Amino acid sequence: MAINWFKYSAPSTFYGLAGKLIPFFAWPAAVLFAIGLYIGFFVAPTDAIQSEAYRIIFIHVPASILSMFIYLIMAGYAALGLIFKTRLSSMMATALAPTGALFALISLWTGALWGKPMWGAWWVWDARLTSELILLFLYLGFIALHASIEDPRRADKASALLAIIGSVNVPIIYFSVKWWNTLHQGSSIKFSGTTMHVAMQQAMFTILVACWLYVIAMGLARVRSIILEREANTQWVKELQEAK
Amino acid sequence: MTPRQKRFTWIVAGVGLVSAAVGLVLFALQNNVSLYFTPTQVYNKEAPQGKNFRIGGLVEVGSVQRERDGLTVHFNITDTVRTMPVIYKGILPDLFKEGKGVVALGKTDATDLFHAEEVLAKHDENYMPPEALDAIKKAEESKAASAVPVSKPVTQ
Repeated sequence: MAINWFKYSAPSTFYGLAGKLIPFFAWPAAVLFAIGLYIGFFVAPTDAIQSEAYRIIFIHVPASILSMFIYLIMAGYAALGLIFKTRLSSMMATALAPTGALFALISLWTGALWGKPMWGAWWVWDARLTSELILLFLYLGFIALHASIEDPRRADKASALLAIIGSVNVPIIYFSVKWWNTLHQGSSIKFSGTTMHVAMQQAMFTILVACWLYVIAMGLARVRSIILEREANTQWVKELQEAK
Repeated sequence: MTPRQKRFTWIVAGVGLVSAAVGLVLFALQNNVSLYFTPTQVYNKEAPQGKNFRIGGLVEVGSVQRERDGLTVHFNITDTVRTMPVIYKGILPDLFKEGKGVVALGKTDATDLFHAEEVLAKHDENYMPPEALDAIKKAEESKAASAVPVSKPVTQ
């Protein structure tokens, strides 16, 4: 049995598919959030040096990882849209941007809350913090640029260029703690292993997966609205029951 | 080339060029991007003279001394090669400990004493419960004890 994958690259067919897929990501996300927070607050032990304040990593680290990852995926979709002129790819890029910006903001915010008691400063202009701030501005710039151009196809093109060029920043964020002297500590999770207690890891990974599923569910939900908005004048949207 | 391949090539070339440009800029600004200088760099006169800069390293074990007023602290910052004496008046962050990372902002005087205006603690990437830290400490002690041939006198 051959599946015609290209069938779902058409917004009209993807609209229905996305609607069916959302619950499969949204519900596990909610359940895993609950499990992850439970492990994080009740199972994971206190840290020897930072005592309870370290628990901010359970949201800080997943948010930071995803803020970088979402950007790469967004830039990837933008590039696909630019190269293959597929409308859906550009719509996906636009749909992911607000979630990415949200995670970048959470990452900066929770980092500041942790930094004050631990480092002694809310904010320092070190390479890790500054490049993450630039990432937030890139997201906001992408959203603003897309919104400022009336014609959606031209908006797609312009913002795709911004997204693709901006992706240079992501490896800088990731490697900043290795390349330069920073106040921010190095990665606790590396490809070679982790330097964390097991229960702490479990809580963090559970919330990471939960955030991931949340991103997918939100992306699909948002892309459905974008499809409806952009295809408002087409026959299939006019025939759609739920859009009436 | 089809238009599609052409667009793909343009994007790859564009990202490559921008990466190269950003890479060169960051390489040229290497010292400015780094948050702090190490004591070795300060010793080699790489740090700015007579101006504020940040110095980072470990608080040398056994070097922390408080003055009578309870606020003024003397300690040494070391990168295990060079050490830098520091004087600081103010409240230290909770994570400030001997043997742990620290970043101080200030300037050196004529006698190479670093007058800090701000001291930040640098945390490492290790997260463990108190019991695990105790276990590590005990293991290190027993290692040190077994390395010394003379056994402790029994005091019971």
